[in-house]
Amino acid sequence: MAVVWSVLAQLLHIALMLAAAPVLTGVVRWLKARMMGRRGAHPLQPLRDLLKLLRKKPVMAENASAVSLAAPYLAAGAAMAAAVLVPSFARGMAFAPLSDLILVAGLLALGRVAMALAGMDVGTPFGGLGASREMSFAALAEPALIVAVLSLAILAGTTNLDAIAGAFRDSALGLRVSLGLAMVALFAVAVTENARIPVDNPSTHLELTMVHEAMILEASGRHLALWEYAASLRLLLWLAFLAAIFLPLGQAPAGAAPQWWVVGLAAWAVKMGGLALGLAAFESAIAKMRVFRVPEFLGAALLLGLLGAVLLFVSTGLT
Amino acid sequence: MLTALALLVGLLAALGAVAVPLAGRPSGARLVFGATALAGLGLVAGGVAGLLDGPSALNLPFGPPWGPARLALDPLSAWFLLPLGLSVGCAGLFAFGGAHGPVAPRELAPWPVFVAGMVLTILAADGFTLLLGFEAMSVASWALVAHDHAQAENRRAARMYLGFAGFGGLCLVLAFGVLAGGAGDVAFAALRDTPPEGARAAAVLALVLAGAGSKAGIAPLHVWLPLAHPAAPSHVSAVMSGAMTKVALYVLARFAFDLMGPAQPFWLGAPLIALGAASAVIGALRANLEEDTKVLLACSTIENIGLIAMGLGLALAFRGADLPALAALAAAAALLHTLNHAVFKTLLFLVAGEVLHGALSRRLDRLGGLIHRMPVTAWAALAGVAAAASLPPLSGFASEWLLLQALLAAWRVGDIAFQMGVAAATALAALAAALAAAAMVRFWGLVFLGRSRTPRAAGAEESTGAAQYALLLPAGLTVLLGLLPGVMLDLAEPALRLMVGSTAPQAGWFAIGAAEGGARYWPVPVALLVAGAVGLAVWVVRRRAPAGVVVGPAWDCGFITAPPHFPFGDPAGQPSAAGFGQPLRRMLGAGLLGAHERVTMPAPGETRAAVLQAGFADPVLSALEGPVPRWRDAVAAQAERLRGLSIRQCLGLTFGAVVLMLALLAWLGAH
Repeated sequence: MAVVWSVLAQLLHIALMLAAAPVLTGVVRWLKARMMGRRGAHPLQPLRDLLKLLRKKPVMAENASAVSLAAPYLAAGAAMAAAVLVPSFARGMAFAPLSDLILVAGLLALGRVAMALAGMDVGTPFGGLGASREMSFAALAEPALIVAVLSLAILAGTTNLDAIAGAFRDSALGLRVSLGLAMVALFAVAVTENARIPVDNPSTHLELTMVHEAMILEASGRHLALWEYAASLRLLLWLAFLAAIFLPLGQAPAGAAPQWWVVGLAAWAVKMGGLALGLAAFESAIAKMRVFRVPEFLGAALLLGLLGAVLLFVSTGLT
Repeated sequence: MLTALALLVGLLAALGAVAVPLAGRPSGARLVFGATALAGLGLVAGGVAGLLDGPSALNLPFGPPWGPARLALDPLSAWFLLPLGLSVGCAGLFAFGGAHGPVAPRELAPWPVFVAGMVLTILAADGFTLLLGFEAMSVASWALVAHDHAQAENRRAARMYLGFAGFGGLCLVLAFGVLAGGAGDVAFAALRDTPPEGARAAAVLALVLAGAGSKAGIAPLHVWLPLAHPAAPSHVSAVMSGAMTKVALYVLARFAFDLMGPAQPFWLGAPLIALGAASAVIGALRANLEEDTKVLLACSTIENIGLIAMGLGLALAFRGADLPALAALAAAAALLHTLNHAVFKTLLFLVAGEVLHGALSRRLDRLGGLIHRMPVTAWAALAGVAAAASLPPLSGFASEWLLLQALLAAWRVGDIAFQMGVAAATALAALAAALAAAAMVRFWGLVFLGRSRTPRAAGAEESTGAAQYALLLPAGLTVLLGLLPGVMLDLAEPALRLMVGSTAPQAGWFAIGAAEGGARYWPVPVALLVAGAVGLAVWVVRRRAPAGVVVGPAWDCGFITAPPHFPFGDPAGQPSAAGFGQPLRRMLGAGLLGAHERVTMPAPGETRAAVLQAGFADPVLSALEGPVPRWRDAVAAQAERLRGLSIRQCLGLTFGAVVLMLALLAWLGAH
């Protein structure tokens, strides 16, 4: 019976993640608009945009290769696979043994490389510029991510995301300074990976400092829809990841009966709404930074992550 | 099996001799290259048999004056035969496909000797035989590096390579000397009986690290590698990067895990971890800045060697701290990455050779758009690039996953200084892996994507036949090794038992695990999951979206339309190799590699153009070319003064030396 529940939970989770992604993007945009004193588009606008883009025929450059055709599907597939592995409302889902943190980072890297190659395919200056910046930012974000993971792995004893979420939920670790530092580091990485302010601006086109949009400048129609959808999924999975680890409250435990799912779903919706509000407030409050200031931003995240790990070493329980 | 392998070494050496007259014949080169390809196959078979059958030993009926030359095939040497065999096999097949007509004897004859030297090093069971093989490998590969000696840069590369090879060989001789001590027996069995302790162990490890590390390309002795590997013919570059560096690591592992005995302190692993991390970051960063395909790949080799060295160092530390399961995890990461890197780096060097053959350039700024002209090469290269960028589910990810798991568990060693050092090493390993991904995107993107940058690239031709199979074979192996790392770990079990006395956490054929009950990585289900997700995306899009695409001109980002004498568009409208590396050059290069950018503006009214100069210099290379030659010249000048001495002073010098020796003898006798 447990197997059936875990498979059902997994299927529900997949449907939830796939459906929630564009809505979350819309909600963040709407919240940002309200904070800036605008009315803002309807939260479902990204979904409508996706459907509109799907109906249009893509225009491709004459010298585009198969890379331009295949990369959007691969990037969307990698983002979906990563989103499937990040727990949302329940733990112990069917794919829980697969949900390794380093694997999720690897799947995100797969999507990123697909996007960078798509940006370079036609040989336009903007595509190459965006690709080189994206890969450089990722190179600086990766150490911060892994060092934050180090703190989590020391506390939970594993890098399995489901097990980490379980360990933090059940074993009353209390408020640890290291966890706080790791959370700040992970938030900075999340901001970078999702091309949000202050690293990149998701709502500009044709600005000299843009990164993400530069790579998909040549994409249109269904290809653009896939890129946009993959970006939404990435934002959702990062927020879900932060929620699963640092706000485990209300998550249905492994093997729990479906009535717990309702609680978990409600708690998850509240958590994601809160995180969206926090992200919108953060983005509205600060300005975008210069491209070559980003290493300082990520370097600070790396140092915070290292500080968290060192604090763990020093704290008596481990040495 | 060992007898067959010993015969193979002899046959390869004989082939080297026969190659001189064969080289002038129309199909002589094909014969030699085909024979080495088959030898590679034989080495793989020997390696698998050695891992399955258990150890065997053989005393040859000849050898140095004090005894026979000893050979042995134990699991550790058998494992290292696998990367060697795969690399040599693919490179031999590639050279076989590319050889049409006679080849210069100096390019052909050292090649089988080079392979024979590597096999002999791995099979050796005494210090003399090991050094013989190691030096044969060095000298033969030096001859291959110097084959195109008409160019000054190749001569420089060969000179520097010979200098480093001589230094490395000397360090290894000294390492055997210190390890053997007074007894002077350099047979491995005798060395194992008297494991060194304390300062002697540290001295042996330092000498081996200098000796084998200078051949493997561990920082700071890596500077010859980006010069020498590209200078050799492509199939030799592939084997030098793919296999020869691994043979050097084998020597390192043989000393650290076998000859020095298991009772060593954990801090002995620290220098390996530190130098490995430094190599990984410097190699990966340089790979982002270099503008020559083969130099870029050689720098990426430094990065991967650094990662393997980190794995070996961690295994040494865990073994010293009495954590056998973790030691096996780290050693498994090192062994698996050795194999994976050998395959994908061989593939990438062969791709660089194929591109050089087809588009007649190694410079990134003269290539571009080759995916249209050389599709098979491009897609085969993509497999290697994705593995080198450690993307799941390819082979590089599996071994780097194991390495990261070992790094994340290294705090269990317990010493606070070690914990902090390893936390920093974890960050550096992650940085190196992400930098490698950036370098690989740059490599593949600039070579195969975009528009052709030169007419030659636009007219590139792809080889057919054997050379193409030589690319498809390692590409397929890269995918296969990525999907089934569990099978390879199963095969490596005896080697792990020999190295650290324990086996990696058992997780079956389809998974690899960090610890019993810990995190797992399942490559096949992950691949199916991604494939399923892609399939879902395709299905949904097919249902909702109209089929087909509209083809139009690329948007030129506001540049004016290129004039007709630019058939491939405006060259300034495409990212260049230096431009693509600019963010990382500014962000990290200034601190680590002394990268600089200088803009020289003309004064108002002056008609000359503004100049932007950007570049970098490896600090080790600058030191090697600055102070070190000055010291050498100073020493030489002092030594020259001896020639000006009068007969009285010469006799006095001799007399003084004799008196000094006698005094030393008397002092030694008294103590």
